[in-house]
Amino acid sequence: MIKLRGICRNFQVGDQIVTALNHVDLEIQHGEYISIMGPSGSGKSTLLNILGLLDRPTEGTYWLNKKDVSQLEERALAEQRQKNIGFIFQFFHLIPRLSARENVELPMLLAGKSANARRERSRDVLKSMGLDDRLNHRPDQLSGGERQRVAIGRAIVMEPAVLLADEPTGNLDSKSGDEVIQVIEQLNQEGISLIVVTHDPEIGKRADRHLTLHDGEVHHDTKKRL
Amino acid sequence: MKIIDTIRLSAQAISRYPLRTFMLVLAIAVGVAAVVLLTAIGEGARQYVNGQFTSLGTHLLIILPGKTETSGAGVTGVLMGETPRDLTLQDAIALHRSVHVEKVTPIILGSGTASWRQRQREITVIGTTAEMLDIQSWRIELGQFLPAVDMDVATPVCVIGSVVKNEFFGNTNPIGQWLRIGDTRCRINGTLAQAGRTGFLDSDELVILPVANAQQLFDAPGLFRILVQTTGPQVINQAKQDIIKITKSRHQGEEDITVVTQDAVLETFDSIFQMITLGLAGIASISLVVAGVLIMNVMLVAVSQRTQEIGVLKALGAQKHQILTLFLTEAMCLTGLGGLLGLVLGNGGVKLLSILTPELNFTAPIWAMAGSIGMATTSGLAFSIIPAWHAARLDPVSALAAR
Repeated sequence: MIKLRGICRNFQVGDQIVTALNHVDLEIQHGEYISIMGPSGSGKSTLLNILGLLDRPTEGTYWLNKKDVSQLEERALAEQRQKNIGFIFQFFHLIPRLSARENVELPMLLAGKSANARRERSRDVLKSMGLDDRLNHRPDQLSGGERQRVAIGRAIVMEPAVLLADEPTGNLDSKSGDEVIQVIEQLNQEGISLIVVTHDPEIGKRADRHLTLHDGEVHHDTKKRL
Repeated sequence: MKIIDTIRLSAQAISRYPLRTFMLVLAIAVGVAAVVLLTAIGEGARQYVNGQFTSLGTHLLIILPGKTETSGAGVTGVLMGETPRDLTLQDAIALHRSVHVEKVTPIILGSGTASWRQRQREITVIGTTAEMLDIQSWRIELGQFLPAVDMDVATPVCVIGSVVKNEFFGNTNPIGQWLRIGDTRCRINGTLAQAGRTGFLDSDELVILPVANAQQLFDAPGLFRILVQTTGPQVINQAKQDIIKITKSRHQGEEDITVVTQDAVLETFDSIFQMITLGLAGIASISLVVAGVLIMNVMLVAVSQRTQEIGVLKALGAQKHQILTLFLTEAMCLTGLGGLLGLVLGNGGVKLLSILTPELNFTAPIWAMAGSIGMATTSGLAFSIIPAWHAARLDPVSALAAR
């Protein structure tokens, strides 16, 4: 489903050019559960941003569903993100003035879906997250674990193929963290591809496939070479 | 994204920062209210002047001695275009020959010292005839106006304005008292009801004499003005032609008078006041431009406060134009609110002014209200384009990482 070939990403820092990713090749199948680990500055987040189409590679080609998306213009990228990618973040990034339900509805709202369709879908999604009694709570009225579950709901409301999680438990206590991991693993069981960037080896180990980055290169991949 | 959802999202953003919203709405409201209030005052003044002239009668002609024109080197007018010939009482009487003329009244204007017993006062003296009462729409309070006799008959009577009456006589009855004006004496025949200023005269401060008496008093045969009331407003131009013809034939074929219609004077004042109103509106609109700059400031702050949020929206698939629209809509909602509040405040102020000064009719013209709202919206839109564009162009990765 995802195929990266010779992906490089360079940043200009002052006069110097810093290489965040150096010729990364990667293939990911539908429904895989992958963890990306590595020390700070190894390029984990850059890889995740490129996979999530938030960032564009300096060099190399990225095929998403057999479509070359590395040269798409901004408009088409936004469209791809909307349809295919779900994001969850370490700091949840919920809109503070919107209720749980409105946060979940946001991607549908941007896509121009009708209010009725949104209401129904957001209720179903939050129900599946075990938040049916939290529909109209604002983020500041929710616990950390609940907030992250709302964020997951927002990420999957458009039924994307891939769920990208950037340190999803980094800001949670271990109990809420476990709950969140269980929720996303459940989603993976239901068919979504799950890619988790994490520092935490305990969480990293749970994935079916472990990817370790070092200095912008894939250091170790538990998947056999194709 | 649907329009209704865009507006709802913007409204939620606005209500999230009540202080900011209040300040901005207030700034715009003050601008709009200023436009409404100032144009209402300008309009009120215009209508007041209009009303004053209409109260003089709509079919009135004013005849001035001398012809306003640029003359050649000393042939027609020796003294800079001025005529050596005065307008006389006989000129005024002759005007009755025109069938379009209904009433004619001459005016002599001067000032003198009036005295009664020990009291003395500088007053304006006007010499005229009984017709003046109707032409000026004056009202009599006590006694009667000047007797209806021929213009050239001098009778030692006078009519006094309300201020003159109060100053000299207080609450005692002045009718039949002898008032001394300069070297002559006249018996008070009546007093005018208080009216305030109408046209070029303040009738409250006047002493009115028969025109022949005033000629004797000032020892001047020339008239200051002749007022002519035509038989109707539609014959005003024929009457004007007649007047010029009659006077010309009496003045050795020379056209040495100026005939001013009420309309001409009215139009001049009308356009002057319209310009003043427009000028006031223009000055007040500057405050709306200032409010626009404020909007830009606040929206720039809003964009930097919500950088992460913009990053999230982009990660969720928001298009550039959607983010642009969101911020523009937010600015529009703020200016819209400000405009509405401004209209309420402005019209409230107008109401208050009307209560404080009931003799003036203050109403803000519709064009000023629509214009100020339009101006506020335009300036809000124009000044929020830069912040909104700034937001739309943010790079999602760095926006998400922003603190």
